[in-house]
Amino acid sequence: MTATQTALDRVTRVAGVRGALVVDAADGLVVAEQLMDGVDGQAAAALAGSLVGRLVRTAESAGLRPPAFVHLRGDAGSVLAAPGPDELVLVAVVGPDANLGLARLEMIGAAGRLA
Amino acid sequence: MADDIRALTTRLADEPGSLAFLELAEALRRRGQLEAAYKVARGGISRYPGLADAHDVMARVLNDQGDLAGAFDAWSSALQLDPMRASALKGVAFLYFRAGDKAAAFDQLQRAHEVDPDDPSILQAIARMGAELRADAAAPPPVETAAAPFQPAPAAESSVRRPPGLFHDVEGGERGLLLVDANGLRLGGSLSGADGSEVGDQVAAQLAGVSREAARATRLLGLGSWHSIAVESPDGHLVLTQPTADTILLAARDPSLPMGRVELLAERAARAARTWLEAQA
Repeated sequence: MTATQTALDRVTRVAGVRGALVVDAADGLVVAEQLMDGVDGQAAAALAGSLVGRLVRTAESAGLRPPAFVHLRGDAGSVLAAPGPDELVLVAVVGPDANLGLARLEMIGAAGRLA
Repeated sequence: MADDIRALTTRLADEPGSLAFLELAEALRRRGQLEAAYKVARGGISRYPGLADAHDVMARVLNDQGDLAGAFDAWSSALQLDPMRASALKGVAFLYFRAGDKAAAFDQLQRAHEVDPDDPSILQAIARMGAELRADAAAPPPVETAAAPFQPAPAAESSVRRPPGLFHDVEGGERGLLLVDANGLRLGGSLSGADGSEVGDQVAAQLAGVSREAARATRLLGLGSWHSIAVESPDGHLVLTQPTADTILLAARDPSLPMGRVELLAERAARAARTWLEAQA
């Protein structure tokens, strides 16, 4: 099992996670995914990649190092993103009852091992 | 004083892991170079998050900057690390007094006296506070007109008195809060970069379109409307919210403040922004 698959396994095991994917932020393409039915992987990849890229630039403008974790909260769930090396971003789509704390820890740990 | 600062700066540059940042931040604060003092203190806290002195000096800097909520948090952190820290107890007492809670201020001063019974400034403050409380019991004066009977530490040598701004009722005031329109133009607030320079306009420009992208992402993924975006950097916590459909608000705080607290701050700032925008309409 590759590091990417291991990362996806760890994240999708967390309660409430509907799916996870690894995105190449440079072009917004899916590198690998484990998604439940009904979650549009391409859309998640493109949108999360673009949003994270913008937030990285925002952080840089504020004199901060790149983000380690991003949490976009919606009415019916959240998008979580943890940038890793080589412009890869680990993204998870979670429901409103997800264990966000555990998902965050798993994602930050797993994102650092993406390659 | 300038020579001291030069010497401490050189020492810190030669030995970044030394505790010279404590003296340097305090020297800069006393000289009124509050942004520089803040940067030095923040660097010290990131290197020594478990050092009560680091949080103590940060609290004094924030207090001088007018960020009373930030100062309270920093002194609270110092007390968690060192519950017997008289300077932090005095600081918290001062803030309680500023907030109009004289009884709580008196309690904190008594705790400080128990820790350091030989500190004459604490005894004087207790005497004055006791007199204030007795006077209040007879005929309470308005808090706004009462002068603080003590200071947690000497104030900066110089400070700029600024008019109240958009976020003047929010903890921390204008610093670290930005209200931006849909075109990436700053409507209010300010943000300092790592070198202390104002970066509000640059950050505002990057935020143009964030709201639209966040809305698309949550809608296409079946998550409804977006509420907030929390961004964790090793150097700071950012929270974005949407006070109105055409604006976005950014709250930025030091990473020592838990993200949940930054989110609460952002909500309060968004309410203030809505009120302000309605008044402008």
